Amino acid sequence: MRWPTRRGVVRGVVQGLAALAGLGLGVTFAATVWAQQMVADLSSHLIAITTGFTGTEVVLFGATDGVGDVAIIVNGPRLPAIVRRKERVLGMWMNTDSVRFSQAPSYHSVAASRPLDQIVAKTALERQQIGAPQLQLDPQENLDPQELAAFRAALIRNKQRAGLYGTNVGAVSFLGERLFRTNIYFPANVPTGLYNVEALLIRDGEVVSAQTTPLVVSKVGFSAEVYDMARYRPITYGVLAVLGAVAAGWAAGAAFRRV
Amino acid sequence: MQVYLPIAEMSVNALLVLGMGGLIGFLSGMFGVGGGFLMTPLLIFIGVPPAVAVGTQANQLVAASLSGVLAHWRRGNVDVKLGVVMLIGGVIGTGIGVWIFGVLQRLGQIDIAITLSYVFFLGTIGGMMMLESSRAIIRRRSPTAKRGKLHRHIWLHGLPFKMRFHRSKLYISALLPAGIGVVGGILVAIMGIGGGFLLVPAMIYLLNMPAGLVAGTSLFQIIFTTAAATLLQAATNHTVDAMLALLLLVGGVVGAQFGTKVGSRIPGEQARLMLATIVVGVALKLAWDLFAPPLDIYTLSMGIA
Repeated sequence: MRWPTRRGVVRGVVQGLAALAGLGLGVTFAATVWAQQMVADLSSHLIAITTGFTGTEVVLFGATDGVGDVAIIVNGPRLPAIVRRKERVLGMWMNTDSVRFSQAPSYHSVAASRPLDQIVAKTALERQQIGAPQLQLDPQENLDPQELAAFRAALIRNKQRAGLYGTNVGAVSFLGERLFRTNIYFPANVPTGLYNVEALLIRDGEVVSAQTTPLVVSKVGFSAEVYDMARYRPITYGVLAVLGAVAAGWAAGAAFRRV
Repeated sequence: MQVYLPIAEMSVNALLVLGMGGLIGFLSGMFGVGGGFLMTPLLIFIGVPPAVAVGTQANQLVAASLSGVLAHWRRGNVDVKLGVVMLIGGVIGTGIGVWIFGVLQRLGQIDIAITLSYVFFLGTIGGMMMLESSRAIIRRRSPTAKRGKLHRHIWLHGLPFKMRFHRSKLYISALLPAGIGVVGGILVAIMGIGGGFLLVPAMIYLLNMPAGLVAGTSLFQIIFTTAAATLLQAATNHTVDAMLALLLLVGGVVGAQFGTKVGSRIPGEQARLMLATIVVGVALKLAWDLFAPPLDIYTLSMGIA
């Protein structure tokens, strides 16, 4: 079976987005007839990882129909995760226990107009999975609750250290009462795939309106070609890598002949 | 200047990587070792995933050792016959090494196995070289000391399949260089290095090869084992980062040229003492990492089903 190339995937996703956008337009139209409590959009729906990529910011902007708080939740593609714990064995630190989580968001960030515990009820936080501590992470094997808590916390801590999980309170700023905007930061090590950006309008501790916008993170240009080849034509890639190294070594040897 | 590495999936400073390649290339040309044992820990230190570090630097070692060999070749410092015999052993060893790697991976302890073998081999060989080369330097400085025999004969030299290696002026069993090649090949697969740090002292102490030929001949052999390792890593693990390899090899080939020239001006035992110091230093650093409490005793890996 031949796997679709990455560019093929991107094209497919972009077409899907176009279809979604068309659908969304229709829904938006219908919704405005009653009451559109909130609209939001991104400055860009594609994060292109080029050779010079060092991380980027995407602006999310929108409007509400009156006073209220806004929280923005961004989730990266969900992937299986393994957390390993080291223990001292004969004085050396080696991996002993491990826990597999069937899926965890590869990226998770929250931005809000005020501290979350002041604007939204605890139950709503959990229901909407707002913030890393509220993420639903299910281990694949049965585990003592205390152990599970330790491994869960470790997963979140490792992600935070990599800059991929974060909470940014106060990052949503209002211009007047109704217009809001926030910058969502994606570091250089951002995982590729389809992201989900959710904007929530919160009043009296409850989510009253929600809007979801997709966002694609994809490699483009030279780095995408290298990645595609390494993944889908590994033998050709390996041969080329060796030939390139031979050519470079030979060229350098010839160039430095008279130094 | 930041450059995104497509396979490692991270952004690095291009000048830093070029500099690292140049430094390791310089040492590689100077001592006739591939430098992989220094490059792997350095790459991991700047955040490259260990598997990608190992696969990629096998690729860059092809270029570094080839350009190193060219310089030695022009000086007539390569014993091709001996190199080919070692290479045959090297290919067999790589096969065995890949099998051992698979077994360790299934047991889930490949990381600590790699670190332990680094500490063991680098520590033992570095220590031995340090002792021997400092003795040689002391001997040279005291003129009253007696000169040793040209060749010491031990049981290893009584093995069958004797072959004449004209270039090295040796008449030894072919099993000896082939055996060194096998051990070298195993280490290439398990530790992801060229194996020069093991080949060079083995050729000096076990084969009693003329010191001038050792560097060129070991580099000659390393070209082929690292090329095989690159193909294997690319085909099975997708862990060769062409962008990272390009940066490393541009720095590496330039560094190797200068290293070869400096190396030919340094007396053999002094060069060996310097190399031994570096090897022991890396071994101590890795041993420290093994015993020191880690920053976080929990680690996370994602995307593996």
